[in-house]
Amino acid sequence: MKDSLGTTGLILNEPLLWAKGKAGRCGFSLPRRDVETSPLDPGLVGDGPDFPDLSEVDVVRHYTRLSQWNFGVDTGMYPLGSCTMKYNPKTNERQAALPGFAGAHPLIPEALSQGALRMMFDLEQYLMEITGMDAVTLQPAAGAHGELTGMLLIHAWHQKKGAQRTRVIVPDTAHGTNPASVALCGYRPVAVASNEQGILSAEAVSGVMDDDTAGIMITNPNTLGLFEENILEIAEIVHSRGGLVYCDGANMNAVMGVVQMGKIGVDVMHLNLHKTFSTPHGGGGPGSGPVCVKKELEPFLPVPRIAKKDGKYALDDDRSDSIGRLQAFYGNVGVMLKAYSYIRTMGPEGLKKASQLAVLNANYIKEMLKGTLHLPYDRPCMHECVFSDKHQAPHHVTTLDMAKRLMDYGFHPPTVYFPLVVPGAIMMEPTETESREDIDSYIEAFKAIVQEARENPDLLHDAPRKCKVRRLDETTAARRPCLAG
Amino acid sequence: MTEEHTASQKTPGSGPDEPVWSYRGYHLGPSEFTTAMVHYYRAEIQRSNTWRMRLDNTTNWAVVTTSAAISFALSSPTNHHGALILNSLLVAIFLWIEARRYRYYELWAHRARLIETDFFAAMLVPPFAPHPEWAENLAESLLMAVRVTGRRRVAVSRLVHPLYRQTVQTYFEPTGYEVVELPYLPDGTTDLGGLEQIEDLAGVAIQSPNFIGCIEDLQKAGEQIHKTGALFIPCFTEVLAYGLLKSPGSQGADIACGEGQSLGIPLSYGGPGLGMIASSKTHMRKLPGRLVGQTKDLEGRRGFVLTLATREQHIRREKATSNICTNNSLCALAAAMYMASLGKTGIRELADLNHDKAEYLKARLQEAGFTIPFERPTFNEFVVEFPKGFARTYERLLTQKMIPGLALKPFYQEFSEHYLLCVTETKSREAMDAFVREVAS
Repeated sequence: MKDSLGTTGLILNEPLLWAKGKAGRCGFSLPRRDVETSPLDPGLVGDGPDFPDLSEVDVVRHYTRLSQWNFGVDTGMYPLGSCTMKYNPKTNERQAALPGFAGAHPLIPEALSQGALRMMFDLEQYLMEITGMDAVTLQPAAGAHGELTGMLLIHAWHQKKGAQRTRVIVPDTAHGTNPASVALCGYRPVAVASNEQGILSAEAVSGVMDDDTAGIMITNPNTLGLFEENILEIAEIVHSRGGLVYCDGANMNAVMGVVQMGKIGVDVMHLNLHKTFSTPHGGGGPGSGPVCVKKELEPFLPVPRIAKKDGKYALDDDRSDSIGRLQAFYGNVGVMLKAYSYIRTMGPEGLKKASQLAVLNANYIKEMLKGTLHLPYDRPCMHECVFSDKHQAPHHVTTLDMAKRLMDYGFHPPTVYFPLVVPGAIMMEPTETESREDIDSYIEAFKAIVQEARENPDLLHDAPRKCKVRRLDETTAARRPCLAG
Repeated sequence: MTEEHTASQKTPGSGPDEPVWSYRGYHLGPSEFTTAMVHYYRAEIQRSNTWRMRLDNTTNWAVVTTSAAISFALSSPTNHHGALILNSLLVAIFLWIEARRYRYYELWAHRARLIETDFFAAMLVPPFAPHPEWAENLAESLLMAVRVTGRRRVAVSRLVHPLYRQTVQTYFEPTGYEVVELPYLPDGTTDLGGLEQIEDLAGVAIQSPNFIGCIEDLQKAGEQIHKTGALFIPCFTEVLAYGLLKSPGSQGADIACGEGQSLGIPLSYGGPGLGMIASSKTHMRKLPGRLVGQTKDLEGRRGFVLTLATREQHIRREKATSNICTNNSLCALAAAMYMASLGKTGIRELADLNHDKAEYLKARLQEAGFTIPFERPTFNEFVVEFPKGFARTYERLLTQKMIPGLALKPFYQEFSEHYLLCVTETKSREAMDAFVREVAS
């Protein structure tokens, strides 16, 4: 095997900011004081926050060192399943930082915000085209917020029809956010199990669908990386009992330009711009989770809507059926800009190609590793594949041990122990931006780890050894939480 | 037929098919209703019995121990009589504790009595005509207990950002919680006078500096709100204000939340910003979203992990404290760098500068003859009342590349010519002087 990616190197320790600095330093050039001081009622004045006083170089070194302790998608392969950690083209950052966008205030007159409004209007059109849906709102801040929005829309739709319902069907393979979003809307999630092929069967859905069920929340492709082939039949069952079909579009990266969600019975869905449309995850966000709907749900979309009239763009607040406002303003415009830039860069052919390559890469990994790791569902997958640690159990090596060992080899671990339907799940999503060579060395690393598991399992139990810190004590962290510096 | 009698016709038993109760598509028929009432009646009787027995037991034991103490104390001259006093004291304490608990017996007996007279007794004397308000009385009595654990109403000041209030409304819509708006006083702060009249209050949100720029007296507000047993939730749109003002935590906040965009994050037409929520330690385990905690690795080195995950949806699914997964980390990183660059000294200076520059513009506008309608101190935003017909001046100023504030009319009908102005450290004295000249001309 070639040299392992993971190696040792000098990285520097860094204390917490509070342990640094000296009173009176400041890394900020304050503008000139050109007005007199004006006293404020001393009863209102406080001590101010207890920050350390640091110079500019203190701050720069602190954050540079911290950044070197991190593994990002610019560092190496990041096959974190269900997160679509694709490379984030740098041009997107440049467009989002254009002063006209970055400095735009959300409450200035519309006549002065035509550029931002037009970008958002066009992005809505593109997302409609990609999903085959009829209308889009860009307001939701991220995926789970989009789910909540979708549920609020379904709630409002049933309310308008005069008969509210109490339950929503959520498959056992769903992201944890799905049942949580359902519960926030006052609905009760009803679990339905996937079949032996890893997908939902029409019979299972018709068994639980009744006149008191508001709809179904289905993830397609699902979290096992499989396409829900019975979606048409399932949608028909749900529709015939007066329910609506919600599609969690977190895995849209597998089917751009291939599947039109609007044509397979989906009534409402969300997209994750920070997954499918390459905006950075930023260590947790910001994201953006636009919601796309069919015509019948359009009146309920959150205000304000972006309207185009006589070549001018305006914000329309006057919609009596709307569920209201989801955010003070219009969503994460800075993130939308990056996605807009991505869509314009790629074009329709590029997006389709991206999805095809994402699926090809995942299937390549699945085929190459299926003799090495246990593959619970051996069928063509979409953008991700799910293995388990069943073969390693005799050596007392778990999924967690293999994931930790992978860090020593210089890769970010895949998603582990999710989806819950596969015990000891290892969920890999390479995305389209990994080259054949990178994927090959990842596969090689995994094979080497599995061999170590047989021959020297303690290597895995002790992993990671080359990282800045070794395994962390999560139990104490939760039992005696230390959340402040 | 009297009106009262007509009302009673709608109560249980009026027709075999007509549902007595429906809620979100779930219907309860008369027979189910009766079954539920019977079960409930038995529960109330059982509960009051159990408690009565506890009190009886305590009394019995009090009698026994008292006689034992007397026998002991008086049986021999060597035994100290003080044992009697000690015993009486202990008996009194235990009886007092039990008697306090017994207060609720009244409540349960009252409910059982209501069901007996207005449900069972009424059933035996046709036509079935219970007192029309018995069900309401019973429900009211039941809810009194529920309130101790789960309150269903929140109050939000009218001076909280109007767009924030609309957002709150959206989320509360399907939940059955009710949002009450609190009026404001002429000085530009929230009127908490009517707070005690609002029942079932879970929390009260007050923004400071509020939407019209005025600094609220959080200390006093907190004390008033805590008297009602509700949580005190200060919020803010301008976090920099706390470089100068007393922090929400030092003034009794249970939960504080607000926007941190002004800490070095671009406006980007409204997002992404930096929403934040903080709580006292009491509520820590109920916070939504990811939390980072400090811990140690195998070799005792400091490390950090996402923690208290049992609150979260990937473990708790529908029972999680929220559905929040993604956050605004990248913005938080920018804000942390901004705050680190400022430091304790810098943030106070910057906050002072914001306040002083705003005061400068306020004074110049007042000199130029414009009205400042609210007398309460402000931080870097304040309201000006311009003369009627200012809209034309506004349009003219736009062409001169000046935006003379935010018109408040769309948000508050009563503020017809009121504009909200904001001055930060980025505005120079010359620019402000030029602005006043243009506005006045």
